Amino acid sequence: MSVLIFIDTAEGHVKKSSLEAMTYGAKVAEQLGTTAEAVVLGAVNDDLGALGKYGVKKIHHVAADALNHFDAQVFTKAIAEVANATGAKVIIFSNNISGKAIAPRLSVRLKAGLVSGAVALPDTSNGFVVKKNVFSGKAFANVAVNTDVKIIALNPNAYQTIAGEGSAEVVSASTTATAGKVKVTAVNKASGEVPLTEAEIVVSAGRGMKGPENWGMVEELAKTLHAATACSRPVADAHWRPHNEHVGQTGFAIAPNLYIAIGISGAIQHLAGVNRSKVIVVINKDPEAPFFKAADYGIVGDAFDVVPKLTAAIKKLKG
Amino acid sequence: MKILVCISKTPDTTAKIAFTDNNTKFDVNGVQWIINPYDEWYSLVRAIELKEADASTVIHLVTAGAADAEPIIRKALALGGDEAIRVNADSHDSYYIASQIAEVAKQGGYDLIFTGKETIDYNGSSIGGMVAELLDLPYISLATKFELAGNKATVTREIEGGEEVNEVELPAVVSCQKGMAEARIPNMRGIMAARTKPLKVMEPVSVDALTSVAGFGLPPAKAGVKLVDAENVDELVRLLHEEAKAI
Ligand SMILES: Cc1cc2nc3c(=O)[nH]c(=O)nc-3n(C[C@H](O)[C@H](O)[C@H](O)COP(=O)(O)OP(=O)(O)OC[C@H]3O[C@@H](n4cnc5c(N)ncnc54)[C@H](O)[C@@H]3O)c2cc1C
Ligand SMILES: Nc1ncnc2c1ncn2[C@@H]1O[C@H](COP(=O)(O)O)[C@@H](O)[C@H]1O
Repeated sequence: MSVLIFIDTAEGHVKKSSLEAMTYGAKVAEQLGTTAEAVVLGAVNDDLGALGKYGVKKIHHVAADALNHFDAQVFTKAIAEVANATGAKVIIFSNNISGKAIAPRLSVRLKAGLVSGAVALPDTSNGFVVKKNVFSGKAFANVAVNTDVKIIALNPNAYQTIAGEGSAEVVSASTTATAGKVKVTAVNKASGEVPLTEAEIVVSAGRGMKGPENWGMVEELAKTLHAATACSRPVADAHWRPHNEHVGQTGFAIAPNLYIAIGISGAIQHLAGVNRSKVIVVINKDPEAPFFKAADYGIVGDAFDVVPKLTAAIKKLKG
Repeated sequence: MKILVCISKTPDTTAKIAFTDNNTKFDVNGVQWIINPYDEWYSLVRAIELKEADASTVIHLVTAGAADAEPIIRKALALGGDEAIRVNADSHDSYYIASQIAEVAKQGGYDLIFTGKETIDYNGSSIGGMVAELLDLPYISLATKFELAGNKATVTREIEGGEEVNEVELPAVVSCQKGMAEARIPNMRGIMAARTKPLKVMEPVSVDALTSVAGFGLPPAKAGVKLVDAENVDELVRLLHEEAKAI
């Protein structure tokens, strides 16, 4: 009996969302009076033992060649083997891109009930109930998991990472999984930019920017804040910005610490993707824009005037 | 090429979210139902495009839902697709729904199964992966592009901060999101044709649900916006730094 956390990596580095999953998993283990273990697949460049500071006691590293690129089918098999060997009762994923591909498969394989998009620790006072987002963040559901083994996929940015003391014991584990049917033929990454779904701060702009030629000031503000950039749907549809910046009901759902919305009206479909942000700042020239109702801070004003001033003021603060 | 497109029914994106029966049921009063946007705009339209490129392609639509899902599946048929199957089952448990779809898939022998990225009401993002595991097929999730050459698919999928190109031999399961295709509007001819397209109803296979919803709730309302004068941007920065501790 233990809690097993899946550690997700990219190019051999542990993703930030997995640190959250480990912190969360360690807390679940504490609730259940057991220990937190973790599993990581493929080649890793980071110091795994150091991840003990997030509360995991033991890390099972499966370093087979077949696991050096992502294939949900193969990964599921390898994780299932570790889960069975360790007698894991609760398995934790980040509900990130990899988690969304593997956790449902593992749920079937282990006949273990899955709660995806969890936002809080399980309530174990009466059964095993996990709170998750539904209706694109407009509501939540409390989901009871009725199976012996349980799987939770934790929403990114829903649980704060806490680094303590300690190191984890790293053991190598084997797998019967062999190369799968999915071949990776290319990886295209926008280097140097902050990935939208992992970003702490997101600067987003909408049709109020008038045209793609005006995005320089948005990017400058984002750069100053070390933020990712996002946009509303019409902006992506008009190809002013790439579609992977589109947030909302039909784009990405994000939950950064700070979301700055510039020239976005705040339609309900837009809010559905950003309403879990901790702090929302709205800059809009229309005092009646619906976004102000969902905002924590706002400036009624012309973006073309306010945004450069904001960038300058932040630069001043940062010295 | 035989394609199965999974279609789910969701409340309109502007629907008021409220609950009844002691917060255990979604209040459907006055709610307009639509095809889940990811299923309609991205997976169904991409399947239709594949059929337009190769007329021998057959598209089946499947939905697991009660009789009230029929207007939705008819609307999907009006966009395109050859026939539809409704499994007469309603559940919030992803495993239960996936098992129904997998059963339909087994009987139909499909080369390709498309799902949407997620349903906009339940936000499971789970059905595609579960169906793939139930059928022991490869699964490519969150696809933004899909190209077909014979039996080989080239699929671009989202990864953190970029994209990855995958190649896979069919059969496979793919979940679709923005980028796959552009939204379409059904035309009169499609709407007329949909009336006579076959819609088969199947009874569900018996499987146990693994989860159940104990209750729903609404997030606490925001306290209200603090407005800062446009001439006083420094004050906003101070508030964000000192009060909100966000920068
Ligand atoms: C099924 C469905 C799904 C959808 N999904 C999404 C989604 O995922 N994401 C999404 O974003 N939308 C989505 N939409 C569209 C949504 O309804 C809105 O149309 C869209 O969000 C509006 O984008 P916008 O705010 O950029 O543009 P607009 O609504 O045109 O708003 C522009 C805003 O900019 C302000 N403005 C103008 N000039 C200035 C200036 N100089 N300075 C400051 N402010 C200025 C205006 O006052 C206005 O408030 C969806 C719609 C449907 C029907
Ligand atoms: N009841 C259903 N019937 C048919 N397909 C469904 C159903 N529920 C979900 N799907 C499909 O699975 C996708 C992901 O749904 P979910 O895992 O519930 O977020 C949806 O976009 C649909 O394509």
